[in-house]
Amino acid sequence: MSVAETIRDDVAGERGFQSDIPDRVLHIDDVHKSFAGLHALSNVDLDVRQGETHAIIGPNGAGKSTLLNVCVGRIEPDRGAVVFDGDALTGKSPHEINQLGVARVFQTPEVFLDLSVLENVMVPALSRRDGHFKLNPFTAFSGETEIRDEAEAVIADVGLKNRIHMTASSLSRGDKRRLELAMGLIQHPKLLLLDEPTAGMARHDTNATIDLLRKIKERGMTKVIIEHDMHVVFSLADRISVLAGGRIIAQGSPEEIKNNPKVKEAYLGEEQV
Amino acid sequence: MDAIFLQILNGLDKGGAYALIALGLTLVFGTLGVVNFAHGALFMLGAFCAVTLNRLLNISFERVSETEKDFLGNPRVEKVPYIEQWFGPDLAGFLLDWSVPISILLTIVVMAVIGVAMERGLIKHFYKRPHADQILVTFGLAIVLQEIVRHYFGANPIPQPAPDIVAGAANVGSWLGLGDNVIYPWWRLVYFLFSALVIFAVFAFLQFTTFGMVVRAGMQDRETVGLLGINIQRRFTVVFGLAAVVAGVAGAMYTPILPPDYHMGMDFLVLSFVVVVVGGMGSLGGAVLAGFVLGILQSFASMNEIKSILPGIDQIIVYLVAVIVLLTRPRGLMGRRGVAEE
Amino acid sequence: MLGTFSRSDWLLLVIFSAVVLTLPWTLEPIGAAYPDLLQKFAIYGIFAVGFNILFGLTGYLSFGHAAFLGVGSYAAVWSFKLLTMNVLPALALSIAIAGVFALLIGYISLRRAGIYFSILTLAFAQMSYNLAYSVLTPITNGETGLQVRAIRKSAEVSLRDGDVRIIDQALGIPEVGVPITNLFGMKMSGYPGFYFCAVLLIVCFFIAMCISRSNFGMMLKAIKSNQNRLNYTGIHTRPYLIAAFVISGMYAGLAGSLLSITDPIAGAERMQWTASGEVVLMTILGGAGTLVGPVLGAGLIKYAEQKVSSWNEGILHGAFSFLPEPVQDFVVEFFSFFVGEGWHLTLGLMFMIIVIFLPGGVMEGFRRLRRAFANGASPPPRPVATTTPIAERD
Repeated sequence: MSVAETIRDDVAGERGFQSDIPDRVLHIDDVHKSFAGLHALSNVDLDVRQGETHAIIGPNGAGKSTLLNVCVGRIEPDRGAVVFDGDALTGKSPHEINQLGVARVFQTPEVFLDLSVLENVMVPALSRRDGHFKLNPFTAFSGETEIRDEAEAVIADVGLKNRIHMTASSLSRGDKRRLELAMGLIQHPKLLLLDEPTAGMARHDTNATIDLLRKIKERGMTKVIIEHDMHVVFSLADRISVLAGGRIIAQGSPEEIKNNPKVKEAYLGEEQV
Repeated sequence: MDAIFLQILNGLDKGGAYALIALGLTLVFGTLGVVNFAHGALFMLGAFCAVTLNRLLNISFERVSETEKDFLGNPRVEKVPYIEQWFGPDLAGFLLDWSVPISILLTIVVMAVIGVAMERGLIKHFYKRPHADQILVTFGLAIVLQEIVRHYFGANPIPQPAPDIVAGAANVGSWLGLGDNVIYPWWRLVYFLFSALVIFAVFAFLQFTTFGMVVRAGMQDRETVGLLGINIQRRFTVVFGLAAVVAGVAGAMYTPILPPDYHMGMDFLVLSFVVVVVGGMGSLGGAVLAGFVLGILQSFASMNEIKSILPGIDQIIVYLVAVIVLLTRPRGLMGRRGVAEE
Repeated sequence: MLGTFSRSDWLLLVIFSAVVLTLPWTLEPIGAAYPDLLQKFAIYGIFAVGFNILFGLTGYLSFGHAAFLGVGSYAAVWSFKLLTMNVLPALALSIAIAGVFALLIGYISLRRAGIYFSILTLAFAQMSYNLAYSVLTPITNGETGLQVRAIRKSAEVSLRDGDVRIIDQALGIPEVGVPITNLFGMKMSGYPGFYFCAVLLIVCFFIAMCISRSNFGMMLKAIKSNQNRLNYTGIHTRPYLIAAFVISGMYAGLAGSLLSITDPIAGAERMQWTASGEVVLMTILGGAGTLVGPVLGAGLIKYAEQKVSSWNEGILHGAFSFLPEPVQDFVVEFFSFFVGEGWHLTLGLMFMIIVIFLPGGVMEGFRRLRRAFANGASPPPRPVATTTPIAERD
């Protein structure tokens, strides 16, 4: 029996146990994806429980981003399924997945550059309230006081209050990332997928972001977070999955992961390269 | 059977013109990434190169005829082309008769100059601009070019003669044992062969020269080729010049089939864009294939038998095919993944 | 909905209305204050405002909007021929038919984006144009154009050559010869015609303003800005695009209807793609995405068209008479290229110059000027693209 198969059996065993857990929100079931013969993801199984912060870590090229893209419908897996709250996400278009309550915060800021900060946050807010399409050509958004108040509050939370009327294109990169976060938060998603939310931030900003994400946790939002910065991961995560070479090699609480030899090997291997 | 064969023949010359224009459009789009709405105008300019040459050859002086008299009994004043005086009537007659094929030489030179000037002067600055801006600026240029032509040549179509030897019709049917019903103008056959030759030459150029290799690589992956440190700018200019020449000679040779007027370019452009889209943006083979397929389909659609079932189908067949292809095979018949997708 | 207009919005609307309604006086000095031209200003203003809802807000460049203009024109003339010379049914019919037409074309074209969308719309417009000249001649009357005729005496006269006007006949409205369009008896030619168009322009402007300030408008702008991101935000973009396409098609239908109302003859040349190109130019000349820009652009183009195409060498000689004879001849020779018949050449050049040097249009020019004056020194101009490259995303 090869090492890989052993690991696979371990994970499968855990899965069998976890499928009895009633409070899981996201269930990634045996997902497989290859690009031109290269296995980006092999037999990935993952469960995310209600209210937890689940971190996915792993060396570069481990397939973290691919996994996230599969979850939001950007990439269709070759095999397997992603089930969220009883609905299969595989095969759904991005907007349908979002309407089910899965929001994503992008690694490279993808904001509406021509719109103001406030408008950037109001678009997802309206999407949450009105669904994927609502023809309301005569409802002025400046009159949406309720949503506006909420948007202003979220913008204040991420620390962009004094830039609220600036055009997004004039924001610094760090501020765009905060805006990106605000756009995810305002939707009150059942599941928030964060793709390296603090990459490229200064330490001070990183800590502010950690505090903010902790605050959301108190509100009971489930989060999946991809992160390189172990400081962030260990400050936030309830559970951690380690992805290497397209496979989940370990899963468990931060303590368990810290002491897992396979994880050390995977990371050491990367450092040697 | 004969009728079907004749329709296929009928589609070939038009298909050849579509294919040649679409080939240039695709080359430019594939390598330079520019949507050139002025490409039809280049076709039109080529056609007017033929007209110009014919006019130049016909520049005449007047002399009093020694033998002929007009109806009043006075000596008739006749116009004699200078070339007749210089080269004698035989050679002059030959030149005039063959002015359209000869004009290819003039066309190549003129169009190469125009193409290079256009790329250096205008297109170059639009590589990084959005497609919509490229469309708009080349659209403006197309209007400018056609209006300049109208200023000098007027608005009416100017018929051009085919050389006498190929002016009649060929009994294609008897060659193939199909009976005498398949009669087809010689010049259209010539045009088809000519377009096949040009297409072949372009493909050979791209296939067998180093330059062509780089161009093809560029069509596959523009960024990588740029990174290789190859002077891509100069190649862009050459490619654009080549596309202009191909469109130009296509136009010049088409003049005996369709008397050129100043807006012929626009008419062909819209169709050629449809051809490119049907063939698959960025696929040279697709452009050629779609050009001929659409040309033949169009000639079938203009058969009376078909028109009586579906009135007006001849007017819209090309667009209809384009709509269907775009909706069912978004990348066109032979388009590749990743080229100009949404 | 109105309570949320800010004060500057109301001010803009009031100023806009005042400017439009006083055009017959304010344009007197530049020789543009005659009803024919004023009507054109208003009508093409409506066309451009509508086009801007699609192109300016979403960035989708349609090259086939003239088709809707043409459809609107034909629908209006048919309303005059079959129903009544009153303009209201004609307006309603034109808007409705153009809307249905836009829904069909938009539904198909909007399955693709970028250049494909432009080419699809162009193909549809050319298709309509070709059909109008061929199979549809019973409806369009081909090259002659569809026009209002006298009431037909017998059922043998075809409907193209004799009208029925059911409503007018039923109401017993007397007719002598070929009647003129009217609004409950008020003749829709000359200045009344202009004021009718002007009021509609103001209404259309107001609606466009509402759209621009609405949730819907914000979604459209978000599409232009980053359509991909909008999908991940849970918005299905296609219905928004279709809605914008249909609305702008209805604007075009209305404009076409007004063309027929002020001059009851509809020809297929209104559907030609040069006409589609013209409205694109109007919009970018004024400034795509701005509210006032398209109207301004429409006015400038129509004015220039009227003036430039009416100039001839005689006028040019007059204008340059201060120059010495040989220089004058040369200058006149040069400029005669661009005037009279050469108007289209000027148009093409304007097109290029605007796209090359001022992609934001006249409004962007104003903004730059204002900034330059405000700062005392000119700030570094930031190149503004007219559109976001949708085709290049993802």
